Amino acid sequence: MSLLEARGLVRHFGGLRAIDGVDFDLSAGEIHALIGPNGAGKSTLVGLLSGRIPAQAGTIRFDGRDITRLPAHVRVGCGIAYAFQITSVFPRLTTFDNVALAVQRTGARDLAAATGAALARVGLAGEAGQLAGTLSYGHQRLLEIAMGLALAPRLLILDEPTQGLATGEIESFMALVRSLVPEVTVLLIEHNMEVVMDLAQRITVLNAGRVLARGTPSAIQADRAVQAAYLGG
Amino acid sequence: MRMLALHLAVLAGVAALQFVLPAYHHTNAARILVLATYAIGFNIAFGYTGLLSLGHALFFAGGMYATGLLVDQGGWQPWAALLAGPAAGGVLAAGVGLLALRTAGPAFMIVTLMFAQAFHLAILYWGRFTGGDEGFTLSGAARRLGPFDLADPATRYGAAFLLFAAAMLGCLALVRSRTGRVLIAVRENEERTRMLGYDPFRAKLLALVLSGLLSGAAGATYGLMFGYVGGSFAAIQYSILPLIWVLLGGAGTVLGPLLGTALLFYLIDWASSVTTASQFVVGAVLILLVLFAPRGLLGLLRERGLRSLP
Ligand SMILES: Nc1ncnc2c1ncn2[C@@H]1O[C@H](COP(=O)(O)OP(=O)(O)OP(=O)(O)O)[C@@H](O)[C@H]1O
Ligand SMILES: [Mg+2]
Repeated sequence: MSLLEARGLVRHFGGLRAIDGVDFDLSAGEIHALIGPNGAGKSTLVGLLSGRIPAQAGTIRFDGRDITRLPAHVRVGCGIAYAFQITSVFPRLTTFDNVALAVQRTGARDLAAATGAALARVGLAGEAGQLAGTLSYGHQRLLEIAMGLALAPRLLILDEPTQGLATGEIESFMALVRSLVPEVTVLLIEHNMEVVMDLAQRITVLNAGRVLARGTPSAIQADRAVQAAYLGG
Repeated sequence: MRMLALHLAVLAGVAALQFVLPAYHHTNAARILVLATYAIGFNIAFGYTGLLSLGHALFFAGGMYATGLLVDQGGWQPWAALLAGPAAGGVLAAGVGLLALRTAGPAFMIVTLMFAQAFHLAILYWGRFTGGDEGFTLSGAARRLGPFDLADPATRYGAAFLLFAAAMLGCLALVRSRTGRVLIAVRENEERTRMLGYDPFRAKLLALVLSGLLSGAAGATYGLMFGYVGGSFAAIQYSILPLIWVLLGGAGTVLGPLLGTALLFYLIDWASSVTTASQFVVGAVLILLVLFAPRGLLGLLRERGLRSLP
């Protein structure tokens, strides 16, 4: 069953065709990886899906509903959560408050308990009282993920979540993502190919604002065009 | 819990002050409490939500004129007219917010300033009703709320204290609530807050309306307490003063507005008693403040260890 359908998406920045006519589908409950070289348009594409960046053309349907014109905060209410590539936590608020902001958006009754649980899920329970700006980079990445998760989304978009994580942290991150499906659909932008091949059921390859290929991990690995453009042979 | 106790202790101290203060300071303290309520209102918009308005005199004077005119010329009962003060402040803030909140930063400052200036000019223009620059005084009857006569110093202090206590405890409850957390998040990073599912426009409008409501309540109470409604309260000076009070005491702190208002009040009082260049002294103190405690006195305290200060 299709959760999200995007058709003919376009977003140019001046003369630069960041996204240039992209069709994109997500099935409910899958882990879908979006890969491509630097500047391919991955962050721009998920920006269009989450509403952070307005589309110049094209339509987006989420769960059967046309969300193309909905502002980002309403899309969050529909169940689309986005964890930023460039860590964008609130540095002067505590770790607890960062996550509590997301938790209270879901209308949770017991805020302290639900926030504690969300922090524990990414292993940050011990850091609840710390100012988010004083956390290590890896912990800020985990906090970013915790904020996305705490929104209890139906679609969780993670933009390069493992960047800056230690090997052990990557392992537990992968276990965490696996535990989310199929209740949550996960769209993962990722440069780490081991993580992609291990987690993803389907992969979309983006290059210069267009879809270069899509398919299962093994099909993508075998694809010649992808190898030429991205995997480097 | 400890923080609630601290705030209650401050209130108890303020309540006890009236029994020890000599007459001159007694009147000053009542004045400070009402002006500090105005500062608390300003702080909700500026300190907690990050909205730097330069037009809050509109809400303060709007509340003052609404109450003053209704009781003086509209034949309203004083207590009913008093309630019209915060209502006027809130409605004016909603109107200004719907337009001005489409802008941000310097544009927001200028738009709010323009609204306040327009109101000030309107007061001068319709001098037949408003008394123009000279304003008008309120009769003794206009200042009696049932059995309470606001011309009586003890009653006046009590009224000022009640208003201030309600505003301060309300502010404390707000900033520790879920809503308060969203306001602070908007101040810290508006776009990030949107990506957590909150409409920043709605949050800012709410903050501005609450801010206008408190400002209007303070203006209305001030008018009845001192029996005078005048155009100077709508002038730009009364938009700048709450900014200075809040900066001095600590923007985004619950007790900062009271501290800042009291300090600046007595600083000006003292400076004008020792020199004719009192403005210069005040200016010097403000420069020192910006250089050494840009987050205000309580902001400094919060940085130096008392981190949980709301
Ligand atoms: N706001 C913007 N204004 C102008 N150009 C932009 C903007 N955002 C992105 N771009 C450009 O659009 C192109 C696609 O950027 P995007 O961030 O989507 O790439 P990406 O695939 O996420 O890359 P990376 O792997 O480095 O994160 C890049 O050339 C980038 O410089
Ligand atoms: Mg990117």
